[in-house]
Amino acid sequence: MPSLAGLFFWMNIKLENIKKLDVTKPLKLDCGKTIKDFPLAYETYGKLNDNKDNAILVFHALTGDQFVTGTNPITNKEGWWVTAVGPGRAIDTNKYFVICANVIGGCMGSLGPKDINPETKKPYGLDFPVITIKDMVKAQESLLEHLGIKKLLCATGGSMGGMQLLQFCATFPDKAFSAVPIACSSSHSAQNIALNELARQAIMADPVWDNGKYVLKNVQPKNGLAVARMVGHISYLSEKGMQEKFGRKLQEKADYEFSFNADFQVESYLRHQGYAFVERFDANSVLYITRAMDYFDLSKQFKGGLVEAFKNQKTKFLIISFSSDWLYTTKDNKDIVIALNASGADVSYSEIITDKGHDSFLLDEPEFLKTLKGFMDSMYEKFKNEKRI
Amino acid sequence: MKNLKMKKEFKVIADLLPDNTKVLDIGCGDGSLMQLLRIEKNIEVRGLELNQDNVKECIYKGLPVIQGNAETELHQFPDKSFDYVVLSQTLQAFYEPEKVLKNLLRIGKSVIISIPNFGYWKVRIKLLLFGEMPVTKTLPNTWYNTPNLHMCTIKDLFNFCDEKNIIIKKVVGVNENKTSLIKKSNLEIKNLFSKVGIFLIS
Repeated sequence: MPSLAGLFFWMNIKLENIKKLDVTKPLKLDCGKTIKDFPLAYETYGKLNDNKDNAILVFHALTGDQFVTGTNPITNKEGWWVTAVGPGRAIDTNKYFVICANVIGGCMGSLGPKDINPETKKPYGLDFPVITIKDMVKAQESLLEHLGIKKLLCATGGSMGGMQLLQFCATFPDKAFSAVPIACSSSHSAQNIALNELARQAIMADPVWDNGKYVLKNVQPKNGLAVARMVGHISYLSEKGMQEKFGRKLQEKADYEFSFNADFQVESYLRHQGYAFVERFDANSVLYITRAMDYFDLSKQFKGGLVEAFKNQKTKFLIISFSSDWLYTTKDNKDIVIALNASGADVSYSEIITDKGHDSFLLDEPEFLKTLKGFMDSMYEKFKNEKRI
Repeated sequence: MKNLKMKKEFKVIADLLPDNTKVLDIGCGDGSLMQLLRIEKNIEVRGLELNQDNVKECIYKGLPVIQGNAETELHQFPDKSFDYVVLSQTLQAFYEPEKVLKNLLRIGKSVIISIPNFGYWKVRIKLLLFGEMPVTKTLPNTWYNTPNLHMCTIKDLFNFCDEKNIIIKKVVGVNENKTSLIKKSNLEIKNLFSKVGIFLIS
């Protein structure tokens, strides 16, 4: 296994070869600072048709990236949403043109804290401006312009992807014919913030983190980052799902070792997930992106609350929640439905019954995928007809 | 068979609704009525449905549907946010039909309710002569597995509206393929010969 520094060097070389848009238009961030001439990395799947009416924008979640399906060229692993996106899948790339951009603040080629600060000629670290979900979304709008897409057939995303989508619809009400926010919330709850704070504190408690300056030394606070990832993984599974998957099963041993090694399978799973994560993700990016999620509060942006946020919405919504998701609960999702209803928007809602928790949207969950496919296909027919008229 | 009969009821409901209005269908099932209203009357439809498969079916048809329980989740719809609210043959299945009805009248400027008529002559005979709870085509369940908790007759609902100062605009009785207007003057006889009663109230 190559050293971590070597791995990052190698990753950076690979990052040179991915699709990037140079966003020249200055972007005024919510924090007051302005960024310009920054890279926005993206990937597309399928073909944009002549009428340009088959484009679907996917927003990725906290630890996701632009490589939705197929093989991620940087990690050589499967794309994060192969279950839903690809040839013949619910979001069929033989039929639709799928676009996904890496969020700003991320670490897959879009401007983020490990990039060089033009003012100091050194990596940003904590000098990187604090970004918000709104900033992420505004940056991605430039990509649609670049690709020549006036109106998307659909925009979708789960978890933080869903939050970006809600923001996208509120900020650009005419850009999407339809929208499918999945397992998300219109604002972070105290528990959501607490879990994110736990992840951040784990990173900051790692001495290697060194106030974010580890980037200068080309190292990574991997212990802290791994713990941060473990916190996440616990929150993505339901209590029942975790019990069914692991129970009290031991990890390749007959009895307790009377040590602090990973005796239990669940420990081994968390350690594996944690340490696999440090190979592909930047610790400062976790700080910035979780912060953006915590600051997200759509009703705060609009006087009059959530109903006001969705005023005059022409977009057709389908909200999907999962019964055992305790991170972004059915109630969180239903509150969005209620607000959309109150604003008179066209909204559908389905709660998928499953034990698989928040993770469900990434898994092969047949009822979910069938519902998603049914919606996409019926929206495509409608959009085509509307365009014809 | 069931479908054909359903369609007759839907046809009556559709005839009661003016074109280009906004309608909420409570317990919209697989969306058959919503689709009929959308295609034939250019009505802007919304549905509320509990059953997952039915919800999926509506989404496949491109019909906006919210998965939820009308008993507990009607609060999400603002006052007078629909021209009409339709409740087809489910009023009797609620724990608190009166509360549901009040909510429907709050959400819709007008409300259309259909009920399986417990006053239908065959139903009466079954109980009167055989001493058994009636099982008919419109009431296919037996006493121990019926979802119907609050059975009523056309006359009962008529009287209920009177008592609660709910305005009855129109009542239609349905028997197989025949429909007839029900008024106070012919209530007794129509209550005996209608399988289903459809009320337009506000």
